[in-house]
Amino acid sequence: MERDSKLKTFVENIKFPLLAILLSFLIGALFIIWTGNNPLVAYGALLSGSLGGLDRFGQTLLKTTPLIFTGLAVSFAFRCGLFNIGAEGQYVIGALTTVAAGYIFNSIFGDLPRFIFIPLVMLAGALGGALWAAIAGFLKSKLGVHEVITTIMLNYTSIHVSNFFVRTALNPSTLEGTTQKAYTVLLPESARLTQLKEIIPWFGYSSVHTGIFIAIICAIIAYFILFKTTLGYEIRSVGQNSHAAEYGGISVSKNLVLAMIISGMFAGLAGATQVAGLNYKVDMAPISPGYGFTGIAVALVGKNHPLGVLASALLFGILSNGARRMQIEGIPKEVVGIIQGIIIIFIAGERIIKFVSEIRERRNRKCNVEGVN
Amino acid sequence: MIKKIIALLLTTVLVLTLAVGCTSKTGKVTIGMITDTGGLGDQSFNDSAWEGLGRAEKELGIERKVLESESADDYLPNLTSFAEEKMDLIIGVGYLFDKSMETASKQFPDQKFAIIDAVVNAPNVASLTFKEEEGSFLVGVIAGLATKTNKIGFIGGMKSPLIQKFEYGFRAGIKAVNPNAEVFVNYADSFEDAAKGKEIALVQHEKGADIIYHAAGGVGVGLIEAAKEKGFWAIGVDKDQSALAPKNVLCSMIKRADNATYYVAKAIKEGKFEGKVYTYGLKEEGVDYSDKAGNLTKELKDAAEKYKKAIIEGKIVVPKTKEEFEKFEAPKL
Repeated sequence: MERDSKLKTFVENIKFPLLAILLSFLIGALFIIWTGNNPLVAYGALLSGSLGGLDRFGQTLLKTTPLIFTGLAVSFAFRCGLFNIGAEGQYVIGALTTVAAGYIFNSIFGDLPRFIFIPLVMLAGALGGALWAAIAGFLKSKLGVHEVITTIMLNYTSIHVSNFFVRTALNPSTLEGTTQKAYTVLLPESARLTQLKEIIPWFGYSSVHTGIFIAIICAIIAYFILFKTTLGYEIRSVGQNSHAAEYGGISVSKNLVLAMIISGMFAGLAGATQVAGLNYKVDMAPISPGYGFTGIAVALVGKNHPLGVLASALLFGILSNGARRMQIEGIPKEVVGIIQGIIIIFIAGERIIKFVSEIRERRNRKCNVEGVN
Repeated sequence: MIKKIIALLLTTVLVLTLAVGCTSKTGKVTIGMITDTGGLGDQSFNDSAWEGLGRAEKELGIERKVLESESADDYLPNLTSFAEEKMDLIIGVGYLFDKSMETASKQFPDQKFAIIDAVVNAPNVASLTFKEEEGSFLVGVIAGLATKTNKIGFIGGMKSPLIQKFEYGFRAGIKAVNPNAEVFVNYADSFEDAAKGKEIALVQHEKGADIIYHAAGGVGVGLIEAAKEKGFWAIGVDKDQSALAPKNVLCSMIKRADNATYYVAKAIKEGKFEGKVYTYGLKEEGVDYSDKAGNLTKELKDAAEKYKKAIIEGKIVVPKTKEEFEKFEAPKL
């Protein structure tokens, strides 16, 4: 009986996102027809491009990995009532500290064994992101500066900080005496994550790496912290009603900072795995890659639940990797953006629909009562 | 309700699976181009390279396809996606593709690749590079003749062999027509920092420079802004930048990415593709000077054309490094 009701709440919870996805695909189809293309070809390309074969699926997982982290970051902060728009900046700083730690540890200790070195650089990335997020956390809890403002500002700052270090202290020209490059020194070989194709050759050309497992473990850890520990309980109480939480003896400011730090750690890990698994360096960039912003959408679609984030990150991974093949078929990649946008609108609009159906229900009940009379 | 939704979902999935594998294959030579993060519509390199393929589509009957990269992380996946489709040629636009092109060329040894603006040493990669020094030489000639203060500035992005080709080509051009002119050279250590570009430009202008040339991407936007404010001449780079300040951009050194992609498409079509370094200079119409705003006088144009002819005929070999520049003696024309 209890299992039944659990199943029911589960279905209740995912019913709406699924419907939203379905509807947005239908509306997306209209756009595709409007651009003079065949929606079946387009969606066929989208699906085969992201799921047709293990190597393509590998590329999808590669796209999914950073989105899981940033989705977790945003949803974790959101549980504490914080809107962390700064996952992007925390990602950038995390990537930077990963490269820096790789170089520093390598030059101090020489060649470290992988099982020590990889956790070290991961930790460095997480710390980088956490520190960056802590700035916004402290400003919020001590001075009451709204985190939306500070995190947005810190996003811009992070790009400039990163570019500064790429240009100066971490540039191969400073550290290795080469000509000036537009990227940092490379991460040492033994600090790099294993690519799945080295273990399972069927992954073919795809560059998916063990970062995906770290991401899944992080989702489980986030779930555990949020729902099985006192800290999680406190964080959620602050998120639901900070006054009530304070009255109940929970320190609001402590939890705000902690939630922000943990959120930043996840975002920093996104940068760390991206560097250690794929790029091995940080490029000079005029703009950041945007995982932090997509992470907001991922968290929203995943209903701010760590396990929901896993699913919605996969969805976004499928969409953005499949978009490649759609482009090859000559369909503008913006169509995928439209589909993503519509999904978000529908999910954000869930409240409206619930509200409408509530009114209707009330009216029905009224009618029924009148009918009996 | 739940059952209905599940049923609806399942039918959609079924219908969608019908479409799997519906990819169109034509017998044409297909060339895939991957933009850097600037994407199509950047009014610069990506657009220009795409135009070249458009010309090839019309004149040679090839088919062009494009993948736009959202971030630098997309370069390798985009390369492999095209390689998987067995394109006849895959072109990466911009030097940022160098590392991922190296990896992809090893993963797909039978696939033909081309990279613009960088050199990748692999038997299946054609490196399409430009003789920037030749185009810079011509704008150097123009600057050398047009200066009134006898002081000219140059702003570079990062001190790398590529950007130094601009510098020494430019300085050689000045030396050829006006050996007494003083040249200020500064590097911004950036390709984006427009504020720094403006700062350097203002300093150079204060020291007396009345014409400043840049090879610094976005940094140059600051130079052109400064030129507009203080009323001196800027020389644009890569594309005709006169639209930014028609009254203050004297001329521009342009790189014809469209010609580069057109030529490599032609080579593919004719089966003459080789995995080597191709360099496009004045002779191959890979570089040139451009004056859309019409600021060049007839004398300046005539002089530039005279030197252009001499370079094409091989009478002048334009230096591209410091050593070559120091040895460079301009022949009297």
